[in-house]
Formats: sequence, structure tokens, C-alpha cells
Amino acid sequence: MYNNVTPPPPGQSALYKAREPIYPQLVSGKFRTIKWVVLVFALAVYYILPWLRWDRGLDAPNQAVLADFAGGRFYFFFLEIWPQEIYYITGLLILASLGLFLVTSLFGRVWCGYACPQTVWTDLFIAVERIFEGDRNARIKLDRAPLSVNKALRKVGKHIVWLFISFATGGALILYYHDAPTLFANFFTGDAEVSAYVFAGILTFTTYALAGTMREQVCTYLCPWPRIQAALTDEHALNVTYRWDRGEPRGAHKKNTSWDGRGDCIDCNACVVACPVGIDIRHGAQLECIHCALCIDACDTIMKRVDRPTGLIAYDTDKNVQARSEGKPAVYNMLRPRVILYAFLIAAISCIMVYGLSTRSTFELNVIKDRSPPFVKLSNGDIRNGYSIKLVNKKSEDREVLITASGINGLDLKIIGNDDTDKTIIMSGEHVDRFRILITVPEADKHKSGKHLIIEAKDVATGDIQSNRVFFAIPKRDD
Amino acid sequence: MTDNKNKDVDAFSGVETTGHEWDGIKELNNPLPRWWLYVWYATIAFSILWWILMPAWPALPGFQGNTVGVWNQSDRAQVGEAVGELRSARIENAQKLMSASLEEIEKTPELQQFALAMGESSFGDNCATCHGAGGRGAIGYPMLADDVWLWGGSLDDIQQTITYGIRSTHDETRYSEMPAFGRDGFISESEIDDLVQKVLSLSGQEANTDAVARAEENFEYQCASCHGVDGTGDRTFGAPNLTDQEWLYGGDASAIRETIYSARNSIMPHWNERLDEATIKALAVYVHTLGGGE
Repeated sequence: MYNNVTPPPPGQSALYKAREPIYPQLVSGKFRTIKWVVLVFALAVYYILPWLRWDRGLDAPNQAVLADFAGGRFYFFFLEIWPQEIYYITGLLILASLGLFLVTSLFGRVWCGYACPQTVWTDLFIAVERIFEGDRNARIKLDRAPLSVNKALRKVGKHIVWLFISFATGGALILYYHDAPTLFANFFTGDAEVSAYVFAGILTFTTYALAGTMREQVCTYLCPWPRIQAALTDEHALNVTYRWDRGEPRGAHKKNTSWDGRGDCIDCNACVVACPVGIDIRHGAQLECIHCALCIDACDTIMKRVDRPTGLIAYDTDKNVQARSEGKPAVYNMLRPRVILYAFLIAAISCIMVYGLSTRSTFELNVIKDRSPPFVKLSNGDIRNGYSIKLVNKKSEDREVLITASGINGLDLKIIGNDDTDKTIIMSGEHVDRFRILITVPEADKHKSGKHLIIEAKDVATGDIQSNRVFFAIPKRDD
Repeated sequence: MTDNKNKDVDAFSGVETTGHEWDGIKELNNPLPRWWLYVWYATIAFSILWWILMPAWPALPGFQGNTVGVWNQSDRAQVGEAVGELRSARIENAQKLMSASLEEIEKTPELQQFALAMGESSFGDNCATCHGAGGRGAIGYPMLADDVWLWGGSLDDIQQTITYGIRSTHDETRYSEMPAFGRDGFISESEIDDLVQKVLSLSGQEANTDAVARAEENFEYQCASCHGVDGTGDRTFGAPNLTDQEWLYGGDASAIRETIYSARNSIMPHWNERLDEATIKALAVYVHTLGGGE
């Protein structure tokens, strides 16, 4: 197929290359509309989310989405994740990547084209640029024009709005880490923590640099994702594709002349000037291409104008373009093994997560056996083992917890700090309690019933029981 | 954009080559973006600035070891500052430890947890060398997790032992001295052999009954004043109970013989000069909760 595409023009020689400015032309069409909708939706979610409230009762934060590092909690609507439950986050990340794999194997790099923050913010910044400097031709003209008051005002205005958007972006991110209304007020009265200003500053700068000045270079040079996504998509995936089987041979076309013996591409360059990464899609699939489909809209507009069917550039599979060029029918093979595998894995992990979340307890027991010494032989021959206990109370109320042990005859349990007969612990709410227990087995009973104990913690009020099976060590030489 | 006519352009890709050629393979010249170069320049500028601001050059003559930089940055000073901050952050809890009695510390969960954490780390630094991690003990170094105590296992006893030591150089140390019966010639070798059998019988081990009978008089005369007539020991002198099965230096015939012949008067240093009172209290609570506390 490479015989059918023209090579890109020769580059210039230098060790380092100045960025060639790209002036994407505004297009209209189906995909441009989708991109506007996604842009508005994504930005709305990003800016509104920290302001949503969620009632969790007294003393708990009422912010719906909050990463509370100081308190060691992550809140996501009905979910409250403790540090030891970080695997839920891992699960979410695995689901997210599998979702990306699935979508990529079906539709190619739609993430890059529509949903990636770099794409969304760059699109927004280009829209601002257009407001101040006009569309492609006006911008080229303005950049070539000598400095004038008009030019300076337009440039300065653009950068001010860019900086404002950048600051709003960086400022919104820090709202996810603290109570949003409080932080918002403190930020502007100078009462917020230094880290809030530092992170807002860093994110303002990176947004400005990445979306304002670096743009497509981020995708081409910095981002590892194109390489990964390119490896995930295959000849069956729907990618933005120039259908060279229909377009070639290309050339200018005069009105009312025959289309026989030539391709539909009239070489008008509309697809090239619309491209925000500055490539010519007619050279085939390229690393730089973010598959944003703006060239499809541009080409479709032209095709309608010259009265040819649309879809000369379209979401299509490499396989089908090849098939059509050989006169075979196009087949869209969506249900492939890898698609089924991804869908199955997503379903399986979702089930595990839902199961884990629905059965998770607000009460946890962890028993750690003393390793040094493994056992203690008392002067009367009894054997004693020590255990460290960690009880987690995820409720905000206090609980009374009864500690019991079973599994070996005649054992005696003592909680350090309690009187000999008192086997209960009062746990405060939202708290992790650590304490020690000693379990003594009489010499006469030590071999009688196994070497394992069940230690149970029972919430006296609710009857909720958590248990751990632990080892009880006895001296080997007595066996 | 100076176009050089002599440049070699690769026909397929349309990219200029560097002019290097190996076995007919030419290297394409795909230049990096220029901002990349600027970032590199920025790192160079940063490193020069760093030399000036921070300690950078070691082993320079006339610079007392290294250049110090105009910021006078010092890791050592920073660590000192951080330790100071940590101390003042802990002072509230440490003061609570000081004002509370040892029993109160153990009964109050927050104080207990603080004391245990503090005690565990101090134990690891100061005590575990001899007494082992978790107080598991070793030959000659008492196990602290069992219920056998030479000088008493209450919180106050433990605190006193840590503070003043055993046979230490402190005036208020706990002190006792077992005579070296054999080495110093108090009794004869054969009498010692008989006493060994007597001690074995006291702890329920197999012993020669004739020897035990011969040893009775010597035991009463030489040993009973400290270890008691029945051999159950006396904490006033730190005299071990000979009737249980726990042995500090070993309970077989040869170990017992060595103890009677040369005596064992091991030393624990006093810690009140090295550790502050709060740390000693925390250590007492920690040792008490290891399991043997009385």
C-alpha cells in the first residue's frame, strides 16, 4: 500500500528543529460536534465534581469526591476507602486500563482523539486562540505581520485568557484534596497551606505550557501512550483512515467533468489544514495521528460540495481498505478473541469488586503473632504465646468488643492493661486500636488439641464477629 | 532554513540523512524539537547555580573538606533541627508519661500505646543486644518474657532495675555476690560434686541419692542463707529459685558445677545516666507487657 501514498516532503537539516507552527482550520461536522460535547462534558465534570456534597454524618467530610491525605481516607460518593483497602483503587485502575484496551481494540485511539485531557485542553486553547486571532488564514497572516498595537492586543488577550484557564485548571485540581469551599475561600484570602499554592502554581504552568505552547509535541514526543495504544490496535480496529482505494489517483477536478478513471480525492488539502497535529492522513497511519477525526469532517464537507459520497476519509479498518482495493467485500469483524477476552476480564473484575464492596466489613481484626520469642515457657511448665492485635473500627460510633480465643483446651487469655477477668475492649469510632494479648496453655493440655487458635473479636452490640486463625507455638523438644 | 544542495535525501522517506554510511545503510536525520535543547541548557544553568548555592565540591584544599555554598546548607544541621522538632512534638506525651504512675500508663490505652512504641524502639537500641528481641534472653542474660524474676517483676521493680542496674557502678544498684566456692577454696571438689547432685534433685532432675544425702549439710550451711532451705530462692538477694526449670546459665550437671565452682555474678549497667526518665518508664511498661510482668 505504500506505493499508493506520497512521501512527506523533505525536512530541513539541523540538530534541533524549531516547532513548525500548526494553524488548524475550524471544521464543522459530526465529529467536531461530538468533540465539542465531550469537551463541555469533561470540563463540567472536572470543575463541578469537587463541589458536590455527600452526607456522611458527623465529623466525616461531606465532600462527594475527596482524597484526604492528612486523614488517610479516600472518599468517592458512597465509598470510603481506608489505606489498607487501597486494592479497590488498584481494581479501578485495572478496570480503567482494560476498558481502554477494549475500546482501543474496537475503535482504535478514541481515547487520544476525544477524551485525553491533553486533547480536550488543547482544543479549548485553540478555540480561544481562534476568538482572538481568527481562523487559520487570519492567524497565519497575523503571525507574519509586523508588530502592531492590534497584533499585540490580540496576542496579549489570548495569553491572558490562556493563563486564566490554566489557573482554573490547576486551582480545580487542588480542590479534590481538601474541603472545596473552605480551600476556595482560604486560597484567595492567603490562608491556604503553602502546598496548595505550590500545586496550583505547578499545574497552572504545566497546563499553560502543555496545552498552550507544546500541544501536539506532547503527544508526539512526551506521551508514551501513542506507542502503547498503537500496539493495542490492529488491522480490525476502526481507525481514522484515508481510503486510498477510492481516493487515488488524486488530482484537481473541474466542475461538470467526468469522475471516470480517477479517484475521489481532489487534493484540496482540507484534511491537512484541519489537522491539529500537522500531518497528512493520506500518508497512511502515523504515530502523530491522535485519531480526532477532524479530517473526516473536513473531507466530508468537501465531498458534499463536489457531489461525491462522503467517507473518503472515515473510521475504517486497514483490513477493509485492503479488501476493497482487491474488490472484495468489506467485513467488520467486531467479535474477535481479544475483544471477548477484554470484555470477560472487565466483567470478572467488576464482579470481584462488587462482591468485595458489598461484603466489606466496617470492622476488622488483624492478629500478629510475636516472633521473638516464639513461645515462653513459664516456671510451672505452662506455655505462653504473645499476640499483637489490631482492631479497625470504620464506624464513627464507639464499640465494645469482646475478645475470645478457642482451639486449645484450657487456654487462658489475658489482655494487657485489663484486669484478668476483663476480656473486652472499648474502641473509639474511626479508629485503629492496637493492643497485646497473652494466651497461656497449661502444660498438661499443650499437646492435646492442635497448634492453632481461633481468635475472635465480637461487637457486643451488633454481634458482628471477625476472626483470625493463628499459630500457637510450643517447644519442639517436648514433642 | 538554509537549504544545502549537497545534502543527501533519502528517496523513500524524504528525510535528509546525516551523511554517515555503514555497509550501505544511511542514518536519517530526524532532529529533536528545539525546546528539548533549551531544557538541556536550563539543566546546565541549574547545575551551575547549584554549585554556587549548595555544598558541591568535596576534597578541595583550603575549603575545609568541601565548598559550603552560599546557602550554608547542612544536612547535619537539618537533621538536628528535625530531631529537635520531633522531641518537642513528643514532649506532651512524654510529660504525660512522667506524671502518670506506671499502673496508670498501662491502663490508659493512648498512654499505653505511646509507651509501648517508645519502649519498643528504646529496647531495640539499648536492651536487645543482651536480652534479645522481644526479651527472649540468652544464656547469662535473663529472658524478660517469662514469669521468672530474680529481683522482682512488678512495674516498680523493673523500673528500679533499669534505672540503677544490677551490680553496676551506681551507689543504689541492686547487689549481691555469690561466692566462688571452688575457686576460692571454701569447700572441696568432692563436696561440690555432691552439691551438684543436690541442685539437680531440687529441680526434679535425676540425681545420685547418696550424693544428695551427703550434700544436705553443706547446702544448709553454704547455700540456704540465700537460696532458702527448700531452694526456692530469695528476691532480696536476687538469689534464683533452684526448684523451677528455668536456668540462667544452664541446668545440666556441668553448668551447675561451673556455677558453684566459680560463681556467676553478671552485671547489668545502670541506665539513668544514659536514658531520660520518660524513656525508662516507657521501657518498664514495655518489658512488663512482654508477658512476665507481675
